[in-house]
Amino acid sequence: MPHTVRIEDTGVSYACAPRESLLEGMHRLGLRGIPVGCRGGGCGVCKIEILAGEFHTRAMSREHVSDDDVAHHRLLACRVYPVSDLSLKVIGKLQKKVCTPLAVR
Amino acid sequence: MAMTGVLRPGHAQVRVLDLEESVRFYRDVLGLVETGRDATGRVYFKCWDERDHSSYVIRQADSAGLDFFGWRVLDTATLDKLDADLQAYGIKTERIPAGEMLETGERVRFTLPSGHVMELYAEKTKVGNGIPLVNPAPWSKARDHGIAPIRLDHALLYGPNVAEVQKIFTEVLGFYLVERVLTPDGNANAAIWLSCGQKVHDVAFAEYPEPGKLHHCSFLMESWDQVLRAGDIMSMNTVPVDIGPTRHGVTRGCTIYAWDPSGNRFETFFGGHLPYPDYETMTWTFDNFGQGLDYPQRKLHETFLTVVS
Repeated sequence: MPHTVRIEDTGVSYACAPRESLLEGMHRLGLRGIPVGCRGGGCGVCKIEILAGEFHTRAMSREHVSDDDVAHHRLLACRVYPVSDLSLKVIGKLQKKVCTPLAVR
Repeated sequence: MAMTGVLRPGHAQVRVLDLEESVRFYRDVLGLVETGRDATGRVYFKCWDERDHSSYVIRQADSAGLDFFGWRVLDTATLDKLDADLQAYGIKTERIPAGEMLETGERVRFTLPSGHVMELYAEKTKVGNGIPLVNPAPWSKARDHGIAPIRLDHALLYGPNVAEVQKIFTEVLGFYLVERVLTPDGNANAAIWLSCGQKVHDVAFAEYPEPGKLHHCSFLMESWDQVLRAGDIMSMNTVPVDIGPTRHGVTRGCTIYAWDPSGNRFETFFGGHLPYPDYETMTWTFDNFGQGLDYPQRKLHETFLTVVS
C-alpha cells in the first residue's frame, strides 16, 4: 500500500511504496524536488527534514547526518522508507564545487 | 618502453555502510573474486584476471569513501628509493608493516596535499588468475560471473591543491600528464589525468574544496560490448547508474558510472588512447568540459561535479 509523500518546498506529492525510499519513489516517477545523487546513503545531497509522518531508515553516512540531525529527523531521503503518509522539506542541494567561483558556491 | 618505478594501481580500500550487502554487490553483481577476510573484518577482492592477491578491499564504517589507494612498485629497492625521494621532497612518510593487509608486504604511506592517503608497496602474493602460466587459455569461467572486469584500472579523486599533487606525481613518482581540463580563467588545471606507464591514466584528480574525496574507482572491461553488458547487469540488479553508457572525450574511454550500495561511485571502463611519456599533454578548456566528460551528448552532467563520497 503506497503512502503519499509531500515535498512542502514545491507542493509536489507522490505515491511511495513502503519498500522504496522516499528518493527512489520520487525519482522513479520522473519528479523533481529532492536532489538525486548516489542513492546509497553516501554522498549527502538528498538531505531532507521529515516534518510529519512515520518512517524507518537504513544506514546512512554519518559524515552528512549528525546525532542532532537524527534527533530532528534530518536524514538522507535515499535511506528513509515511509510507514505512513509523510511531509518533508528539502535541505540538501547539488553544489557545483569543481572550480565554481566562490561567489556562487 | 621499460617499466620501472611505480608499475600500476595496486589496491584501493573503500568504506561501506553495510558489509554483507556490499560483499554481495562486489562479488555477485560487479563480479569480483573474494580472496580473503582479515581479523579486523576487512573483505578482500580481486578482478578475475588479476594475479595479485587483492586489488579492492572494503571495510564497514559509518561513512562512505576511500581509506587509501596503493601503488605496486617494481621491487623493494624501488620502494626504499621512492620513500627517500618523497622525504627529500618534504613529504612525511610512514611504514606499515608487512602483513597488516593480507598477503601484502611492507607499505610506505603518505598523504597528498589533496587529503588522499597513498601507499607504495613492492610485494603482494601472486595467487594467479586461475589460468595456468603454461599454455594458458584466454579466459576462465570467472569471466562470466557478474560484470567481471579484468582489473582495477584507475581512480579519480577530488580534493584541493591539485597543482601540488601534480608536482608530486610528475617530479617524484615518475608519472606524466596525459590530459588536463583548465580552470574557467585558463590559468590553472581544474582536473588532471596522470599515467605511470602506457595507460591513458592511472590516476586523475579534480580541484575540489573538501579534502580526500572519492569520485570513483574504475574497473577495466575488455570491450565496448562488455561495457553494455555491464549496463544490463546494473539494471537487472537495480544498481543506481550515474552516466552512460557513453564515451569520454578526455581519454577516449568508454564508460558507465554507477554507485555501490553505500554511494561509492565506480566505473566500468574500456579503451582509451595509448600515450607515451614523450607525448605532449592534451588540453581541454573548461567550457568544453562537457564533451570531455560525455562526448556524444556534450553534457557536463551535474552529478559529475557534485556527488562524491
